[in-house]
Amino acid sequence: MSMHTQTTHKPHLVVVGNGMVGHHFVEQLLAQGGQHTFDISVFGEEPHLAYDRVHLSEYFTGKVAADLAMTDGRLYDENGVRYFTNSQVVGIDRDAKQLTLASGKTLGYDKLILATGSYPFVPPMPGHDRDNTFVYRTLEDLDAIRDCAKKVTRGTVVGGGLLGLEAANALKNLGLETSVVEFAPRLMPVQLDEAGGQVLKEMIEGLDVAVYTATATQEIVDGDAAFHRMNFADDQFIETDLILFSAGIRPQDALARQSGLELGERGGICINNDCQTSDNSIYAIGECALWNGRIYGLVAPGYSMAKAAVAHLLGETGKAFMGADMSTKLKLLGCDVGSIGDAHAQTQGCKVFVYQDELTQSYRKMVVSEDGKKLLGAVLVGDNSYYDTLLQYYLNGIDLPDKASSLILPSMDGAPAALGVDALPATASICSCHNVTKQDINDAVCAGALSVGDVKGVTKAATGCGGCAALLKKVVDNELLALGVEVSTDICEHFAYTRQDLYNLIKVEGIQTFAELLSKHGKGHGCEICKPAVGSILASVWNDYVLKKEHIGLQDTNDRFLANMQKDGTYSIVPRIPGGEITPEKLIVLGQVAKDYSLYTKITGGQRIDLFGATLSQLPEIWEKLVAAGFETGQAYGKSLRTVKSCVGSTWCRFGVNDSMTMAIDLENRYKGLRSPHKIKFAVSGCTRECAEAQSKDIGVIATEGGWNLYVCGNGGMKPRHADLFATDLDDETLVKYIDRVLMFYTKTADRLQRTSVWMESLDGGLEYLKEVVIEDKLGLCAELEASMQNVVDTFQCEWKKTLQDEQALKNFRQFVNFEGEDSNVVFVEERNQLRPATEDEKQLIAKVG
Amino acid sequence: MTTRWTVLCEQADLIEGAGIAAMLDGQQLALFYVPESEQKVFAISNWDPIGKANVLSRGLLANLKDQWSVASPLYKQHYELLSGQCLEEEGVQIPTWSVKLETGKVLVACE
Repeated sequence: MSMHTQTTHKPHLVVVGNGMVGHHFVEQLLAQGGQHTFDISVFGEEPHLAYDRVHLSEYFTGKVAADLAMTDGRLYDENGVRYFTNSQVVGIDRDAKQLTLASGKTLGYDKLILATGSYPFVPPMPGHDRDNTFVYRTLEDLDAIRDCAKKVTRGTVVGGGLLGLEAANALKNLGLETSVVEFAPRLMPVQLDEAGGQVLKEMIEGLDVAVYTATATQEIVDGDAAFHRMNFADDQFIETDLILFSAGIRPQDALARQSGLELGERGGICINNDCQTSDNSIYAIGECALWNGRIYGLVAPGYSMAKAAVAHLLGETGKAFMGADMSTKLKLLGCDVGSIGDAHAQTQGCKVFVYQDELTQSYRKMVVSEDGKKLLGAVLVGDNSYYDTLLQYYLNGIDLPDKASSLILPSMDGAPAALGVDALPATASICSCHNVTKQDINDAVCAGALSVGDVKGVTKAATGCGGCAALLKKVVDNELLALGVEVSTDICEHFAYTRQDLYNLIKVEGIQTFAELLSKHGKGHGCEICKPAVGSILASVWNDYVLKKEHIGLQDTNDRFLANMQKDGTYSIVPRIPGGEITPEKLIVLGQVAKDYSLYTKITGGQRIDLFGATLSQLPEIWEKLVAAGFETGQAYGKSLRTVKSCVGSTWCRFGVNDSMTMAIDLENRYKGLRSPHKIKFAVSGCTRECAEAQSKDIGVIATEGGWNLYVCGNGGMKPRHADLFATDLDDETLVKYIDRVLMFYTKTADRLQRTSVWMESLDGGLEYLKEVVIEDKLGLCAELEASMQNVVDTFQCEWKKTLQDEQALKNFRQFVNFEGEDSNVVFVEERNQLRPATEDEKQLIAKVG
Repeated sequence: MTTRWTVLCEQADLIEGAGIAAMLDGQQLALFYVPESEQKVFAISNWDPIGKANVLSRGLLANLKDQWSVASPLYKQHYELLSGQCLEEEGVQIPTWSVKLETGKVLVACE
């Protein structure tokens, strides 16, 4: 039977392969109106339509197949594209222009697109096909790996390239003791040089992943202590339960080979700049295609080929494929790795700068042209903040600055020297996933896209891997500025003010409620941006109860229910444990409560105990018990003081020079009621050994022989920053005074959700200015700042204690207004003797069994 | 066909400017009391299809370009209270119900 039965007379275009590139081809073809020119059919071998293979590993960290899917078929249906999954094409008869499917059916084509991708290369060593050996390519592969990993303890990846290291990370996340075996003398041999590979190796070994480089596996046989034994060439061996091959890819060119298309010597379907094969009715795109002797194993070049093929099919000129940049930036096993252009310095006459810091495990290399004017390549390990700027110099051939080495040298204020977006030419590629240039962004802005969100919508920039988001924002802001559009600092559409403006209005005019502020200074009815910001300001200025009737609608869910919402809608509870000091009696109460309510229990990084999995209606009952035992709310839910971490100091420690315990407890109790623009953390260390890690906190205190050293405005989180030394050898009283002033000045003047570090950098004059204000009282504000803080301290009330006494507030915590019962979607499973939320897959399984 | 109205709760159970959850024939609803709006009270599904949890009743109300919506407390996408349309994801829409206040009761229309 023939499936070629369309009634129209449009030529039939068939796409073989529905991976990322095959799908992108269809998307591009439809976007250009190709459905009016062609009848389109798509054949995919896998059971799913195209999915995002670049983020495949996230399948192990909670994503389900649907999350990775790139299409649900609707795009195809709406445009009359026929698609077939589980359908392998097994033969091409080029003379008859006919395809044969595995099922035996045949169909004709007029234009054929081969997007058959690649397959993982498995070195043909003896034992490579034993049980418990895998490759890392499809969702089915990952399912099999996950099933196996549940039963075993040790896993090994063969191959230390990009994908191998990602696979190693996946194994580690699955809880396996993980090793990596690489044949080459270093990791990521394609992208890194020897020194870079060595630094990366050390970093990865530091994460408890064993790395064997320059190691060839001779054979895989039965192990003694584990399922396999891998015998290496040098008589060494390791034992492992699971082996994952990630030793590179090979183009999937079997169909082309069978039909006599021209192939490369080592495989790959030869294509020209229009992506046509040696048969001009047949195109090849993506990892199966060989262009100029090269196979591209990345998705972006595949997308470019898809675009070129579409353009050629629709008769557009000037859109040919001219090769692609292979620069990459990645976070592998938590380590930053970047590689740009000629990473191995193979260009004749080139010069090299290297910066290496073994202490912080960073390595950076720049390869520049003989005259020192152009960047030819770079290698980065340990810190990728240098990558974006270097890539722009490279891609756009921008002349390097006089002291080019400054581009990889650490600058004294921490941030690498950035290239002003002004310096980028219009052709600069900003988003390489979707090939968006600075000019495209400029055009979008001129056409009325006046925010980053709008520009993203119009150009698709920053919607691929997302790596260019920061650069995109700079370019958009720059374009707006150039157009004379004022970049708005308004908090949202309801208030044409900054947070600091609103703070001043509320304070000076004595405004007590959101409604009053809105009627005097705003418009509309508020949103999820301005409401919590104003709620926080009202709380810091008046220290009013946050669940008062007029404030309740302002609170984010965490503040409204005085607990932290988790992914399944349950909450976690963190009682305050000042300084981390706790009596055995209190510990027992926490343990008992956790046991009674089956709460998952974890010690936090900030020396508190976090109890997870409480439902809304359980929160008051649980807090009743905790308050009765003397606990106070830990404000882990609020933009407020979370913890004061401490060591045991001179009380117990042989080296302690001061009583850090008492100081930590006093500080925590003093500031626990403060609502601030962002959450804040403190730490107090009893000596310079710094066991409490005070220099990574908003406020850090370190004991010295002469008193206390005060550090300010550091933080952990996404962009860690060390705190700056603010004052030395302070007595207790001065220390508290300075902290009062710094925190209150921050609370009054910072932007919404602005961390102390960013706030300090935004002050004109930075640290020095802050010192002038706080220590020298340059603005004459110090008395006022201290008084404001004293007011906060004096009016502290435990929010949970107050809530338990308030019948009206307690009504808030009913799961349902008209039904006694819990949310049936909250399902827990047991892991390591505690409960955790079930994954979507587990829920389906439980529903089936139950 | 006449609409059948079911009493869900008392008007006094509603929280001004915020949401509560209710159950209707085994289905979870989020009820929002918005006195400033023409409609006063809205009912949408409590299920956040992106965050995959029953949490929308615990989100913040937002009035954007004169449309009332709720921002999911999980990942902050907005759902329009009238249409159930997600503002950030074109293909995502959640169920809504007709709801009214009458003699101190909250009534919802059922099929």
